[in-house]
Amino acid sequence: MSSRSSLGGRLYRGETSVDFIGKRRRWYGISGLLIIASIGALSIQGLHLGIEFKGGSSYIVTKAGVSVADAQSAVTSVGITGETIIQKIGSQKVRIQTGAVTSAQSNGIQDALASKLGVSVDSIDTQIVGPSWGKEITRKALYGLFGFLLVVMLYLAMAFEPKMAIAAIVAVIHDVFITVGIYALVGFDVTPATVIGFLTILGYSLYDTVVVFDKVRENTRTITATSKSTYSQAANLAVNQTLVRSFNTSLIALLPVASILFVGAGLLGAGTLKDLSLALFIGLATGTYSSIFIATPILAVLREREPAMQALAKRVGARSGASVVATQSSSIQGGATTAVKERRGPRNQPKRKGRK
Amino acid sequence: MSTTNKPIKTDARPGRTLAILALVLFALLGAVFIQGATAVRLGLDLRGGTSVTLQPRIAPGENGKVSNEAIDQAVSIIRQRVNSLGVAESEVTAQGSGLNRQIVISVPGDTGRRVVELVGQTAELRFRQVLAETNGTPNPADTSTAATPVPGVAPDVNARYAKLDCSIAANRQGTGSDVATAPVVACSRTGGNKYILAPAEVLGREVSKASAGIDTQGGSAWYVSLVFNGEGTKAFGALTARVTSLASPLNQVAIVLDGLVVSAPRINEAIPSGNAQITGSFTQLEATDLANVLKYGALPLAFDRGEVQQISPTLGSDQLRAGLLAGALGLFLVLLYSLLYYRGLGLVTIGSLLIAGSLTYLLFLLLGKWIGFTLTLAGIAGAIVSIGITADSFIVYFERIRDEVREGRSLRSAVETGWTRARRTIIVADFVSIIASVLLYFFAVGGVRGFAFTLGLTTLVDLIVVFAFTKPIVTILAKLNFYSSGHVLSGLSGKSLGTISNAKEA
Repeated sequence: MSSRSSLGGRLYRGETSVDFIGKRRRWYGISGLLIIASIGALSIQGLHLGIEFKGGSSYIVTKAGVSVADAQSAVTSVGITGETIIQKIGSQKVRIQTGAVTSAQSNGIQDALASKLGVSVDSIDTQIVGPSWGKEITRKALYGLFGFLLVVMLYLAMAFEPKMAIAAIVAVIHDVFITVGIYALVGFDVTPATVIGFLTILGYSLYDTVVVFDKVRENTRTITATSKSTYSQAANLAVNQTLVRSFNTSLIALLPVASILFVGAGLLGAGTLKDLSLALFIGLATGTYSSIFIATPILAVLREREPAMQALAKRVGARSGASVVATQSSSIQGGATTAVKERRGPRNQPKRKGRK
Repeated sequence: MSTTNKPIKTDARPGRTLAILALVLFALLGAVFIQGATAVRLGLDLRGGTSVTLQPRIAPGENGKVSNEAIDQAVSIIRQRVNSLGVAESEVTAQGSGLNRQIVISVPGDTGRRVVELVGQTAELRFRQVLAETNGTPNPADTSTAATPVPGVAPDVNARYAKLDCSIAANRQGTGSDVATAPVVACSRTGGNKYILAPAEVLGREVSKASAGIDTQGGSAWYVSLVFNGEGTKAFGALTARVTSLASPLNQVAIVLDGLVVSAPRINEAIPSGNAQITGSFTQLEATDLANVLKYGALPLAFDRGEVQQISPTLGSDQLRAGLLAGALGLFLVLLYSLLYYRGLGLVTIGSLLIAGSLTYLLFLLLGKWIGFTLTLAGIAGAIVSIGITADSFIVYFERIRDEVREGRSLRSAVETGWTRARRTIIVADFVSIIASVLLYFFAVGGVRGFAFTLGLTTLVDLIVVFAFTKPIVTILAKLNFYSSGHVLSGLSGKSLGTISNAKEA
């Protein structure tokens, strides 16, 4: 643990540095591939929507030694045909999902299950969703998604510089694509709980970006005056300086989510807890990735196009004779190069030396 | 924001802030005792029960009918029906707005199917004369009934009557849209019989009272007695006077609800008084339910059952246990990690999370009392997720302090300058979270709303705790030698900050 702490110190001073911005084409490439894969999976396989969206019914019978075959025969005896999914959850639960049924049919299924499996009707956990209600839920979920993106964009546009807002929004859309793609590819159930978890995570992904961009803003405030580093270099330093923080905040946020996922999937099998935490888990991971690897490089590229920043890059280039965009870096394990050390960490070097 | 070494005073009196926080906590605790809110109200998914969501059925061109008044009226009628079940803490509420309003009914305990059937009968009750009655399933071999058109009825009605098969469940769904002024064909609710019915002559809203009773003299038979209002008395009197002398089945009057015949009693005599009794081989349950239908039958709107959810108390307690376990595990992992990584500062995290936890719990108790807040499984999940978000605020602050120490500040000034910078980040980030939860709350339906609510609430709590507890306590701790000297276990040692190289220290 303390080795990561001191790593934090090295990252902070720029002694150890990962070149997030210089190698941006690599990250764009990886994300591009993932997004193409997502679109492919989405168009070929589509999302596996839960009964809440398309209408249908679900029954859970809890009884020791309950078998799928018994449940199957009970459902068949009522004459429910079509798409019926029967799965075993844990050792003593079986879940039956059907397409849209009328309440009379549903009563029939309940009665058949109760008599075949020897349980009381009231002990069967039932959920029935009408088809029109499913449409309503779908509509609400889509409104939620677009409404949320819209408000978040407005907020970011007000809270950040316009270019930061653009970069943050690109990162959020990136997260949306990849998360949806993973759901399509793996075929996880999409339920209202999934959508809620997913929207929450869009918020969280922004939280991460906010932390990184705050540091970028601080580091780049005086760069045109000092001419010690280009915008890209200062931004890269900011990402490195907040790396430990990003790692810690993401891990700490992930720990409770992972325990919900573990308990939800392990003890309860299926349901709200699992759906929520799975969406949170996947979204957290992509959100952390995108704020470091996507949002900041895009921001740097956008800002480098400004005449003032290009002039700055020329001045910096003339001073050090190095290339304009930050390309030098040592690996995360490697030692520091003095050349980098002097250029990076514009405002901390002399002070620290004076102190200790 | 400059980076001068001047110490910035952000909080001159940390002790006072802490005292105020303690006062607030005690005030909330006092309120809890005064209000007697000793237990968090649990949602149906945590204790078992049935919830039904009803959507108004909107016929084309009838948008205007779904008014707030109509919904409110429907809510109060359904509430009366649900209350007749006698289950404590049942709830009937309207949600949503405009045309997307829904009525959500939740009844704890395992009364499942009765609730669903009771609130499902939602359309207007009508009394119609029976024109024809026969077995519910058409018998291909026996063409007598189908082939004999009922006199005085249009041929298309006769044809529909002949074809109607009441053994098909879809035909027993009820259409809810039977036209009051035209003859209709209908199944009985059980599907055993089918009918041709004359235009409605008496409407449900003309029934003023209905109750189930037991006839102790006539062999303990259950009956339903009903009282009509002025208009109803006249109409029912005329109807009964006309039909009582007719041959069966024309002397029967069907009670039709939602397009289904609930009961079709024979009229034994003209009833001009407005007081009628329906007898038959009722069980107590059937008689009570029929009385309820008669009493509360007239809803201003027709409804579809959007969603029905029935959770057994066993599953409920399983979910509650799983939620609490997940919370305990998540909390433990977060505490463990902050202790290992932040050492002494980790203690601050533990303290802050404890304060945040008790504040949240007290708010859950009080909000349950004040605004009927119920904790659902999704709500528990929201609270657990917020453990991470709350702890994140501390990390943002701690890392800031460490950054400032790396810049060469003394701990005491690092605590202050770090705070002014971390504060902005924390506010912006928490604000994003709060926007998210407010939006989610309005867009979400049903159970997952709880997630948005607890997430928003706990983010607010996070802000309070960071400002009123974490910051002041760190200011106080920074004066202690253990922290300010950079003790190895304080989390601020030169080694863990990387300001002293490992080689040098070894």
